[in-house]
Amino acid sequence: MLDVIGLTGGYGNKAVLESVSFGVNKGELFGILGPNGSGKTTLLSMLSGVLDYKSGSIRIRDMDLKDYSSKQLAQVIAVLPQHSSLAFSYTVKETVSLGRYAHQTGWFHSWTTEDEAIVQRVMQQTGVADFQDFHFERLSGGERQRVLLAQALAQEPEILFLDEPTNHLDLSYQKELLDLMRKMAKEQGLTVISIFHDLNLAGLYCDRLMLLEKGQIQVIDVPNEVLQQDRIQGVYQTKIEKHPHPALPKPQMFIVPEKHSSETIPLEIDASYMTVGPEMIQLDAPIPLRTMSSGVTGSGTGWHRYFVNRHVHRDYNCEDHHVEMADYLRANNIDPQETVGMMTAVFLDSVECKLLKAEDFSVFIVVTAGVGNAIDASLADQHSWSAAPGTINTWIFVNGHLAEEAFIHSIVTATEAKVKALHDLQVLDKVTNTCATGTSTDSILIAAAQRGTKLQYAGTITPLGKLISRGVYDCIVEAIKKNRKRIEEQ
Amino acid sequence: MPNQSIRTYLKTKWTFAYLIASIFLLFASLIGISFGSVSVPIPALLQIIGKEVFHLPLAVDPDVMLTNIVMNIRLPRVLLAGLVGASLAIAGAAFQGLLRNPLADPYTLGISSGASVGAVLTLFLNISLPFIGLYTLPVLSISCSVITIFCVLAFAKKLDRTMKVETIILTGIIFSSFLSAFISLMIALTGEELRQIIGWLMGSVSMRGWNYIMIILPFFIIGSLILFMNTSELNAMTFGEDRAKHLGVDVRRRKMWILIAGSILTGAAVAVSGTIGFVGLVIPHLVRRIWGPDHRHLLPLSLLIGSGFLILADLVSRTIIAPSELPIGVITSLIGAPAFALILLQGRRVSRTDA
Repeated sequence: MLDVIGLTGGYGNKAVLESVSFGVNKGELFGILGPNGSGKTTLLSMLSGVLDYKSGSIRIRDMDLKDYSSKQLAQVIAVLPQHSSLAFSYTVKETVSLGRYAHQTGWFHSWTTEDEAIVQRVMQQTGVADFQDFHFERLSGGERQRVLLAQALAQEPEILFLDEPTNHLDLSYQKELLDLMRKMAKEQGLTVISIFHDLNLAGLYCDRLMLLEKGQIQVIDVPNEVLQQDRIQGVYQTKIEKHPHPALPKPQMFIVPEKHSSETIPLEIDASYMTVGPEMIQLDAPIPLRTMSSGVTGSGTGWHRYFVNRHVHRDYNCEDHHVEMADYLRANNIDPQETVGMMTAVFLDSVECKLLKAEDFSVFIVVTAGVGNAIDASLADQHSWSAAPGTINTWIFVNGHLAEEAFIHSIVTATEAKVKALHDLQVLDKVTNTCATGTSTDSILIAAAQRGTKLQYAGTITPLGKLISRGVYDCIVEAIKKNRKRIEEQ
Repeated sequence: MPNQSIRTYLKTKWTFAYLIASIFLLFASLIGISFGSVSVPIPALLQIIGKEVFHLPLAVDPDVMLTNIVMNIRLPRVLLAGLVGASLAIAGAAFQGLLRNPLADPYTLGISSGASVGAVLTLFLNISLPFIGLYTLPVLSISCSVITIFCVLAFAKKLDRTMKVETIILTGIIFSSFLSAFISLMIALTGEELRQIIGWLMGSVSMRGWNYIMIILPFFIIGSLILFMNTSELNAMTFGEDRAKHLGVDVRRRKMWILIAGSILTGAAVAVSGTIGFVGLVIPHLVRRIWGPDHRHLLPLSLLIGSGFLILADLVSRTIIAPSELPIGVITSLIGAPAFALILLQGRRVSRTDA
């Protein structure tokens, strides 16, 4: 559809673009990225025929750009500009109707019913039909943008150029505009070439991305390849982190604000932040901690400040324990959004906690353990579903900076330590009469302040893994012993 | 179908607009011819025009003296005023559209002064080019106005590559002052009687006769036709040159044509009547106020209204302190300069509320 070969040029004698070559296919949504001054807008001006170039060629539908007359070109290419001001106040309809200019012939252009139908259709598509008799100047920035889009679509182009199309738009219109673009690309074969400032929007919607750097192409590829953390950091000269989109297989880039010096002071979570009551164990961290957990509230990954292990009666049975738990937290003036909450039927005075220190980081572990419901995982299929009380809740606070994988390592390591503890204490699965590996409702929390030493791994023989296995093992053993003793006393 | 009704509404709106503008012009022409030191009653006037212009076989023979007054003095004068007013108004409308600013006008852009230099050179140095004879004056006037507008634009572009309209107008005013000084210098050197010169400079359509109508008419027709062929392009250019280009307008060529046509109209008008300011500013602004900025209608309507306006202004200029005459430029400036200020004020207010 569009082929660019060795394009060089710029303003005056200064070459903004140097030997740029790429091709765009029909029906493709092609994104152009690059920091300020990388030549994005210059490239778009050249492609749309507004700016002359020094050397190279631009071929549209296998014909050189320079062989098109202005009108012919406007029948193939339309542009949605970044902003537009008007000297005189036209109505929306008059503005959109101008899009038909290139299709009109003769000295005194006559307005056909087809023109009218197309104008009405594009005004419907862009949602501006309702204010077609309003004056363009009276509209908000977002509405103007949509009117100009309608004008561009009225040209019935095969290629549509967009220059940061979402700049003035509300969130909902950003999505609507880009959804419309993708729909038209897929269904009508419209080729869309767009400059993006927002890397994430570009990554979400574009089929391919081109990254410009100092007037040259850094890379052209699918979004996941282009949006590499190192590459984006290098080109944009700033700190950025890449994470997957939570709902789609698309990359998302996040800027990471420079930390203020007060935010980098190492923090040690220990027993001093924790209060143990008869109804709940509560730990209030001074800052939100990065968490990965299987709690009732705040499960999965996230950032949380409050940690609650709540005692419930052994017959606790609730239709929706998520809602009930949230209500309970609220009743105790704790925001459920910021809380990882767990439940246990175990009496909380049997809690066991321990702070373990390595050279430049530490781990604080809190365990409540009941084994009334102990199960041997290898023979789990012999159990029918019953939520008998008895749960091992393990909290692991790491005072360091954990990598994503270290969270998972930590869970594995802690689980292995738990199995070993149960084995050594000869906790038996009552159904199979074999050694139990845990209970059916165990919960775990890994929380890290993300300050201080970077910890990439937490396998059993890494420095962090060693502390976790030691601590979890000891705490579970002690907690189970305490619990047994309490039961015997009763 | 609602669209049908909207379209009929639009059609009637424009029919109505043209009807009003035409009636205004007709009314202005009739009283322009009728009023004066010797009053010509309207029925007699209609008889004279019917007989002399359309050669209708009328039973009554109109008064010979009145016929003379109408045919040799009033009618050419009114026609000339009408043509000059039409030329200036349509040129102003075109310049405003092209430069995206309601303050652009042949006068503020320095084109009028350029044309004056050409005219003054011709008149006072008595130049007559071979072959074109009578047309030496308008041709030199037009050439000078075309040269001036391109100088103004080139200079403005040097100052500010984005060609902000304020820059263009400022440049126009600088050129205008310079050229006026140049004219004054020439006048001082020729040593003619001052009053006559100033009368010419202030603009006048008196005692020009049919010759002058023959001078302006071909240029008026050519200039207007070129502009009428570019009305859609002017609409597109209101959104800026880049946007017009995106919409498919061959901006470079069209801009050239519009500038040349506007300069032809201005040059020809100045050649026959001297510099008459502000018509090109006030009339398009008024028309835009009433009927909107669509150039497809703005240009023809400005033509009709501008024509009628200048006929009325001329009528006022020759009757208000009769038996002596005020230069017509005084009247247009008296109305135009405050209007200019008003537009400027409104523009400021709009941009402030925008920000």
